[in-house]
Amino acid sequence: MTAPAADADPGLARASLEVSHVGKVFGRRRALADVSATMRPGEITAILGPNGAGKSTLLSIVATLSAATSGKVSWGEVELRRNSPHRAALGYVGHDPGLYLDLPALDNLLFFASLYGVADAPARSRALLERVGLGDVPSDAPVRTFSRGMMQRLGLARAILHRPPILLFDEPSAALDPGGVTWLATELARERAAGRVVVLVTHDLDAAAALAEHIVILRRGRVVRDERRQSAWGAAALRAAYDESCRG
Amino acid sequence: MAEGLPSEGHQREPVQAPPAVIPGFLSQTIRIAAKDLSIEWKSREIVFTSGFLAVVVVLVFSFAFVVGGTPPPSTVVAGILWVAILISGVVGLGRAFDRERDGEAVRALLLAPVSRTAVFFGKLLATVALMLTVEVPVTILVDVFFNARLASHAGRIALFLGLGTVGFAAVGSVFSAALLRSKSRDVLLSTLLYPIVVPLLIAGARGTAQVLDPAPDLDAATFWTQFMAVVDVAFLVVGLWAFEPVISGE
Repeated sequence: MTAPAADADPGLARASLEVSHVGKVFGRRRALADVSATMRPGEITAILGPNGAGKSTLLSIVATLSAATSGKVSWGEVELRRNSPHRAALGYVGHDPGLYLDLPALDNLLFFASLYGVADAPARSRALLERVGLGDVPSDAPVRTFSRGMMQRLGLARAILHRPPILLFDEPSAALDPGGVTWLATELARERAAGRVVVLVTHDLDAAAALAEHIVILRRGRVVRDERRQSAWGAAALRAAYDESCRG
Repeated sequence: MAEGLPSEGHQREPVQAPPAVIPGFLSQTIRIAAKDLSIEWKSREIVFTSGFLAVVVVLVFSFAFVVGGTPPPSTVVAGILWVAILISGVVGLGRAFDRERDGEAVRALLLAPVSRTAVFFGKLLATVALMLTVEVPVTILVDVFFNARLASHAGRIALFLGLGTVGFAAVGSVFSAALLRSKSRDVLLSTLLYPIVVPLLIAGARGTAQVLDPAPDLDAATFWTQFMAVVDVAFLVVGLWAFEPVISGE
């Protein structure tokens, strides 16, 4: 299978992620309706909204884990959907780490590297373990023995292993201690600086305010605010925008 | 999150494309199966627990049916062998898919550019390998305890076990995937799977009994072999069709 690719089309790696008129219906319940947004590379987009607004559903559709009832998600000229090899352009970090708990950290990374066809898998995996602060962990220690923060670090390493141009985060800081939250914020900023499309779904307005230039606020499955600034929003401005959008 | 977060100043890692060549279907299948076997090699959890259960079943039946050193008829011995395999198989199958659920590993697997068909065959391959690993010593144990002369029909018995295991693992993988997010999956897996695999169980037990009989009926055994092969094909086709929607949770 030939992967998509930005090496075949250099413009693709710097392409925006487009969500176009996406709708999702579960049975008789409408979770998303006509959601559109553009997420640019080198920018952190925060998707915000109250519980049940459809944030995680939207991220799940973008990640190709769930199919949209209507509309489409595209990256540059290509449509992202399940079973498309273009899924290799995505990296995803959720509240759970997405790892095999009975395998050691390095074995986890090597397994996923093999699925993505990462050419320099052993060196790349070891370098990432060092980067996320797990270089000193005993090589035979199963992930099950790790703390929550260590698992989340390894989850991030797994997500960026194949150097995806698009990174999706779904409440990644849930259950992290303050040190872990700080570390995660640093990594998010680092991925933005590297020119990736970074999408963050979160309830944490302070986190979004410190990081995101672009906010998309959902309410009852619809976009009620889509706005970007030159730099991160700041807590007061974001809180005001959020309260205004979600009032009533 | 913390204030004063760096947005620059780190060593920049260039955005690169996804890999030029994603592994092919066969390679993906083998890697997924190898991953499962690697986990089992480190923990030996499935082989030990399901193997222990199968041995206990055989032991209990041996105390019940071997009276005064006289083994039971071949029909009973065949039934004991297949019941032991069925019970231990469900335990192994459930645990194999628990490993996908723990830590939401299945989500990362589904995000990878791997076809769902490769995931199905990878899980199937690993499950068959693990079940056969348990079945070999259990079959030998049945042979010893019930004086069943299994060794003299090793080829036919191996064929029955292989066909039964493939069919069981095919349909079991689909149900295990469907129940990944269910809280009552252990109970539900047995409840749903047992009725479905009854044709395989009957065919395996009847065919094995025909072979073990002092006057073997090889024509009947061949019929049951063919019957199991047909059921396997049906289970594989249905499994392929059903696996993608159930593993995707849609």
